[in-house]
Amino acid sequence: MSQPGVLILGAGQGGLQAAISLRQNGYAGPVTLVGAEPGLPYQRPPLSKAYLLEGKAEALALRPESFFTSKAITLRPGTWVDAIDRAARQIRIGSEMLPYDHLILATGTRNLRPPIAGLERALDLRTLADAAALRMALADPQRIAVIGGGFIGLEFAAVARKLGHEVSVIEAAPRLMARAVSPAMSRHFEHWHRAQGVALHLGQPAVAVDEGGVTLADGTHVAAGFVLLAAGVRPNSELAEAAGLATGNGVTVDAGLRTSDPAIFALGDCACFPDPRTGAPVRLESVQAATDHARLIAARIAKGETADYAALPWFWSDQGDQKLQIAGLAGPETTEEVVAEGVVARFDALGLAAVETVNNARAHMKARRMLASGSAAGLAALEELIAA
Amino acid sequence: MIKVTYVAQDGSATTIEAEEGTSVMQAAVSNDLDGIVGECGGSMMCATCHCYVDEAWEERTGARSADEEEMLEGAAAEVTGRSRLSCQIRLDPSLDGLVVHLPEEQL
Ligand SMILES: Cc1cc2nc3c(=O)[nH]c(=O)nc-3n(C[C@H](O)[C@H](O)[C@H](O)COP(=O)(O)OP(=O)(O)OC[C@H]3O[C@@H](n4cnc5c(N)ncnc54)[C@H](O)[C@@H]3O)c2cc1C
Ligand code: FES
Repeated sequence: MSQPGVLILGAGQGGLQAAISLRQNGYAGPVTLVGAEPGLPYQRPPLSKAYLLEGKAEALALRPESFFTSKAITLRPGTWVDAIDRAARQIRIGSEMLPYDHLILATGTRNLRPPIAGLERALDLRTLADAAALRMALADPQRIAVIGGGFIGLEFAAVARKLGHEVSVIEAAPRLMARAVSPAMSRHFEHWHRAQGVALHLGQPAVAVDEGGVTLADGTHVAAGFVLLAAGVRPNSELAEAAGLATGNGVTVDAGLRTSDPAIFALGDCACFPDPRTGAPVRLESVQAATDHARLIAARIAKGETADYAALPWFWSDQGDQKLQIAGLAGPETTEEVVAEGVVARFDALGLAAVETVNNARAHMKARRMLASGSAAGLAALEELIAA
Repeated sequence: MIKVTYVAQDGSATTIEAEEGTSVMQAAVSNDLDGIVGECGGSMMCATCHCYVDEAWEERTGARSADEEEMLEGAAAEVTGRSRLSCQIRLDPSLDGLVVHLPEEQL
């Protein structure tokens, strides 16, 4: 009997990278990639940036069709997985069962839909299909309201404004991107968006969406022809939970990215793993985390490597001509220090946690190297490095 | 179609025919060429698409931008005067026959 091999559930950025890395590491068994979305695996970051402007869907594919044949990777797009049967080591797709030796959960996230009346009218921006619908909606001059002042909402707002639309951003927190960046960086982007003519409503949750726009908690009505919902995501961990795996903020994995079942790994947006620096459980929504997780898991399966996950996190967001880059990861308890124009360092109890830069790739890369080297970086060392 | 040749460290060369308007990085990645990673998809964020433009082609590919120069600081392999981020080299007919050399490592 032939061996079942590795089954990857979710054919997004991380799932595909796992398949690629398995083959690069010499894994010779069957590799099957099952994903709910149609077509070839694609990159999401351009969906809120270049794709909205240019509409080039072909440019998003991560690998061409020929890749899957030449690497003997079975891709099953448009296929929804219904359940995991851990005892029998198989997954269920409708009435079909697919066996596995190793299962990799790469199910990503879906948009969080907060309890707001009339929210079914709002559009999402998560998939290529969502982005294609948004492009259509952007064809004529519009008044647009965006619910959520995080990376995706603000990237979209910058594009829509550039295309000449009237844009309002509604954010429940008192500052922009509050989960991801320092207050100083929030202020920088607040000024920039206002200068572009984006109307910002901060500290005001949306309570209702109707055909004329959005109503805020304080009764303000923001007029809009269409509404984009970009209020964060939820990890797709229901399958794991139903199969009895440990879950919480996503699928819980150990430092080797294994779930509570040693035959099952989880990666990317759906995985909650110990932050190598602090040990605190974190779940990151970034290409870097998804691909670095995938590489580690593939090396473990293919070569039996045992090293723990130790990659330095990094993030980016392009909002108009403002390129935000973040090296490292800062938790909620941090102090901030403006190191130079457009360079903010964040410190926690262990020292330097993250460096945020705007339009300063040089400082970003230096900070990335400094943080990755694990040298005890203080403010003085960082200032010196960036001035050099 | 525009031909691009990628020369690996061991001297082996692979020629790819790519469509006008695609980047040297995209052409490599969509043909699953080892040696170019292109992790950020061409957003100038990762420096894993580093290549060295062949001497004979330097003039035609033009100079690197300031941003590109800065990102190259993070490249894994040695950066020289001919180093480019391949996602920033767009293919047009004047580049038909382009030769680039691949670095030792990208990650
Ligand atoms: C608009 C947008 C802009 C972004 N911009 C950036 C950026 O600038 N930089 C950055 O680093 N990151 C960005 N991201 C985040 C980045 O795209 C994600 O972190 C990355 O895609 C995560 O990869 P993943 O493999 O974990 O999940 P995904 O790529 O989301 O893939 C998960 C896949 O699993 C499938 N799936 C789920 N459940 C099932 C099931 N039961 N059966 C079958 N299939 C299933 C889903 O349909 C999906 O296709 C952006 C995301 C979006 C939406
Ligand atoms: S692909 Fe990331 S910098 Fe070129």
